[in-house]
Amino acid sequence: MLLNLIETLLSTLKDVLPIALILFGFQIFVIRRPIANLKNVVIGFVYVIIGLTFFLVGLEKALFPIGRLMADQLTSPDFIFGDSAAVPDVVNWMDYYWVYIFAFAIGFSTTIAEPSLMAVAIKANDVSGGAIGVWGLRIAVALGVAIGISLGTYRIVSGLSMHYFIITGYIFVVIQTFYAPKMIVPLAYDSGGVTTSTVTVPLVAALGLGLAESVPGRNPLLDGFGLIAFASLFPVMSVMAYAQLSEYMNKREKKSAK
Amino acid sequence: MKNAFWALFKSMAASLRDLAPIIIVVVFFQLAVFGQPLPNLAELLMGLLFVVLGLTFFIYGLEMGLFPIGESMAHAFARKGSVLWLIIFAFSLGFGTTIAEPALIAVAAEAASVAANGGVIEATLNAKQSYANGLRYTVALSVGFAIVLGVIRILKGWSIQYMIIGGYCLVVLMTVFAPKEIVGIAYDSGGVTTSTITVPLVTALGVGLASSIRGRNPMIDGFGLIAFASLLPMIFVMAYGMVI
Repeated sequence: MLLNLIETLLSTLKDVLPIALILFGFQIFVIRRPIANLKNVVIGFVYVIIGLTFFLVGLEKALFPIGRLMADQLTSPDFIFGDSAAVPDVVNWMDYYWVYIFAFAIGFSTTIAEPSLMAVAIKANDVSGGAIGVWGLRIAVALGVAIGISLGTYRIVSGLSMHYFIITGYIFVVIQTFYAPKMIVPLAYDSGGVTTSTVTVPLVAALGLGLAESVPGRNPLLDGFGLIAFASLFPVMSVMAYAQLSEYMNKREKKSAK
Repeated sequence: MKNAFWALFKSMAASLRDLAPIIIVVVFFQLAVFGQPLPNLAELLMGLLFVVLGLTFFIYGLEMGLFPIGESMAHAFARKGSVLWLIIFAFSLGFGTTIAEPALIAVAAEAASVAANGGVIEATLNAKQSYANGLRYTVALSVGFAIVLGVIRILKGWSIQYMIIGGYCLVVLMTVFAPKEIVGIAYDSGGVTTSTITVPLVTALGVGLASSIRGRNPMIDGFGLIAFASLLPMIFVMAYGMVI
């Protein structure tokens, strides 16, 4: 356990070091001004490093093993077709219903715990003067990831080509962009990128590869990838939908107040 | 002192609440769906405690260190008025944070073996290594350019829609022509580039810039940097696949 902590601490330091060098280098040589509240900033950095270290070790100890185990169990033919039944050559996509439910649930719950999404939600709440709620945004993004990942698992099972899903998704995003409140659009585009980091990616990758290995006729190298793309596309839509919905509710409230 | 403890306790409770959905999902599936006990319960609880502690510290550090320095540097660059230095800074931030990203290193290695199996490159260690490195530099360059592009957009006040939609069109067009093996990796590489430390910094930079330039709205102009950072890698990686 202790060894784990030290190892992770070192690798986190290695990740943070180039960033710190760039920040402090530019501050000293280009901006040439002392940093305001230097003590606080340094303590803040130390907290971030300690926090990430504990977070990663904890995930590695508690969450990832059981998550991978469950992905394996869920996708194994024994679980899906019963112990004795033979695996058919052509699978019916409905047989995998537990996989879709699990994909939805794990996509939602890991996104709620994603630290970079918290950072963006805090900032958006600040900047919008409270108009965009921290929880509203987080739940909207989490729903988007959940829908995206369960559709992605359906794609792996059915073997449909990924391009059609992604391209249809893009078309939806473009249409929504013209109708959504202007204020939300950049934030919605951003939310695609922030959803997939420390917590979601390892679990989702395990699910995708496990599924592509066990469904007959799928190639893990071609079909195992792509879940992350789904998880970054759908939040864009769900965040815009969230803004459209709250705008609509506001309008209705105003109408009924008159 | 008592207040500090109370604040710490409260934020730990908040972290626990953030993790509750995962715990519920895992316990439900393990017990109700698979009908099996939870393995290594002690280690599980210990790990959970670590996750809660880590999340609490991270959020504290975010508001104390990462957000303030990102914003104060954005303000300083805006006051200084040197666009060139700002662009160099934006590029190094994007490139520097991506090149060492562990998730990217893993994906690049994976992609190299896919390419070797597909016969795109020779199946030797050397060829794979150079392919993976090439891919890493490609992605890091693309993130560097993405942050630069996003910063220029904030300075000029261009609207983001047309740039992103144009980018999507390019992605769709390139999907048709790029080798099949690279497409999945290219789509995924957009998601893996943005790490837990980069996101808060880049967000603070964008919002800070937009709020210190007259006529820019931090909500409309400040966000969007991360969107570029996840779009451009897709385009660059597919281009890499087409060139090799």
